[in-house]
Amino acid sequence: MGEALIRAVDDVTLSIHRGEFLALLGASGSGKSTLLNLMAGLDRPTSGAIFAEGRDLAALDGRELARYRSQTAGIVFQAFNLLPRMTLEENVELPLRLAEVERRERAQRVREALERVHLEKRREHRPAELSGGEQQRGAIARALVNRPAILFADEPTGNLDSATGVEILELLREINQTLGATIVLVTHERPLAEQFAGRLATMQDGRLAAA
Amino acid sequence: MKIRDLTELAARNLREAVLRNALTTLGIGVGVASLVAMLSLGVGLQRLVAQHLARTGLFNAIFVMPHSGFRRFESRPNPAPPKKSPPLDEDAMQAMARLRNVIEVYPQIRFLTEARYGGNSFPAIVGGIPLSDRSGGAFDGMEGRFFSSPTADEAILQIGFARRIAKNPASLVGKEMAVRYAEREPLAAAGGKKSSSAADASTKGASPGFSIVLRETQLKIVGIVKTDPEGFGHFGRGQLFVPLRVSEKLHATQISDLRQFLHGPTPQPTYSTVTVRVTDPSKVAAVEAAIKKMGFATFSLLDTTRNLRLFFAVFDLLLGIFGGLALVVATLGIVNTLVMAILERRREIGVLKALGAADRDVRELFFSEAGVMGFVGGIFGVALGWAIGRALTFGTDVYLHHRNLPPVDISFVPWWLAVGAILFAVAVSLAAGIYPASRAARLDPVEALRYE
Ligand SMILES: Nc1ncnc2c1ncn2[C@@H]1O[C@H](COP(=O)(O)OP(=O)(O)O)[C@@H](O)[C@H]1O
Ligand SMILES: [Mg+2]
Repeated sequence: MGEALIRAVDDVTLSIHRGEFLALLGASGSGKSTLLNLMAGLDRPTSGAIFAEGRDLAALDGRELARYRSQTAGIVFQAFNLLPRMTLEENVELPLRLAEVERRERAQRVREALERVHLEKRREHRPAELSGGEQQRGAIARALVNRPAILFADEPTGNLDSATGVEILELLREINQTLGATIVLVTHERPLAEQFAGRLATMQDGRLAAA
Repeated sequence: MKIRDLTELAARNLREAVLRNALTTLGIGVGVASLVAMLSLGVGLQRLVAQHLARTGLFNAIFVMPHSGFRRFESRPNPAPPKKSPPLDEDAMQAMARLRNVIEVYPQIRFLTEARYGGNSFPAIVGGIPLSDRSGGAFDGMEGRFFSSPTADEAILQIGFARRIAKNPASLVGKEMAVRYAEREPLAAAGGKKSSSAADASTKGASPGFSIVLRETQLKIVGIVKTDPEGFGHFGRGQLFVPLRVSEKLHATQISDLRQFLHGPTPQPTYSTVTVRVTDPSKVAAVEAAIKKMGFATFSLLDTTRNLRLFFAVFDLLLGIFGGLALVVATLGIVNTLVMAILERRREIGVLKALGAADRDVRELFFSEAGVMGFVGGIFGVALGWAIGRALTFGTDVYLHHRNLPPVDISFVPWWLAVGAILFAVAVSLAAGIYPASRAARLDPVEALRYE
């Protein structure tokens, strides 16, 4: 393996407005996930700046960045990534534990989040006992439980059949509209993006293609 | 994260990977158990020896003798002139009794007698027994009973002597026996009147000697004992014991009297050895020094105890090292389990970070898991170690029982050992968790979450 320098995301300037539903489109390997991880505070740029809620993520230290992920950003993955050893309820509670939310408040917040994704009846089930769509709804509940300002979703429908994928995107739209959360959706399915997102941005070889 | 959440999650994670973590925890447990078993054996044996020694009463006793006045083994060509002691008599004893921390001072009285029983006569060495010897352990499990009072004309026989008198020694208890002895009677002064005063003797220059008169006294046999309770530091093993006060009252000529007489007669009876009991072993050194200053030779077991303590310190250390080695092996098990866990739980760590965990949270979580394993393993290990100790004690007692010996507790787990072992297990586990925890904390979440 060579040590070639890869610019996964290069020379991107992108503004996302509060309450917007943005879809990032592009071919596989075009840098969508890398850009999303940068915006979600999971990764750091080698150069440049990322402003979220008035703060430059590139300038934050590890603790502050963790705090940003905890308080401001919510993340949903293609692979759901619910912890298999925990019940749905415990998975959803996890961000609250990390954010040191009072125990008394947690149960209430977990219930609210599960109701929002219509999974309150499955709260004691483990991920393996849930369908793909249910798992992804559970992951959305977990991402929402700390009431983030921005919800990042990296190909959330990639592992689902199209009908279930539509359900998930409907849920995201509902969250965008009722909670006012900003949504950044990565997908390579242009029709879905056009149906649900308010704005489209397309990546190509690490750069933003002209809209 | 808060401590409670950390431990909750840690315990939860450990429960979920039951088999692997149980094996690791078992490893810690076995390590702690061997540590506890070893040390409990050390503590138990030490306690056993200490109890035995305390009961002999040897560790708070100082034996006082006059300097002999001559040297038996002279190797130096020009020896210093030998020290001369003041007489070891009643006055000297009173002076010793006035020293601080001294409980009692009593002479060792030994004299030859002829005991008469059933028409036969048996020579015997009589020993005077202070009543304080009763708790010394030598009279535990004796046949019959101890003296009823300090002045009772009662005798306790040494078993070997009793066997010579009667086929069935137990049958002697309650019987009367006549004892003949030589009474030391002060010699009549030159003037013919019977006087034993020191003033008379020294002013008139008369010989302050004594005459010996045959006496007989009746004693009631009340008990039979295995060993001579005052047999240490004495001249000759006693065979027939009477209360110390009774033995003094008899004014019997003692074995040492003749030598004393030849050495320089004194008007008062003197003793070859006096026992000084002090309040506790730590006071022995000071009292011993004070008695030496009075001009007497002394002997105590102080140095012996010091060596014994050193022996047990080394003994415990060795046992601890063996137990500790087992724990080190167990520690490697923890490191291994946690490192493996990181490889297996990469995705989980990535998820935690994506959900807002800082490096520190991840580190603390793994650290807590190590601590919980150590705690559970420690408790399990203490229980197992205790059980091993009991098993060893049981085995020993079965062995002793076969040889008609009383059972002993050879292992003992004091509370400090139990608590200390658990804390030690936690500390060792935490130390073992440092590397895996920091490795987990440094994991790059993007790397960890890359879709496979
Ligand atoms: N850690 C990495 N090492 C090497 N190349 C990487 C790494 N992460 C991403 N890349 C490369 O960066 C490019 C963008 O990847 P990614 O953001 O995952 O694309 P997308 O999500 O649009 O499919 C790809 O060519 C990928 O191979
Ligand atoms: Mg991608």
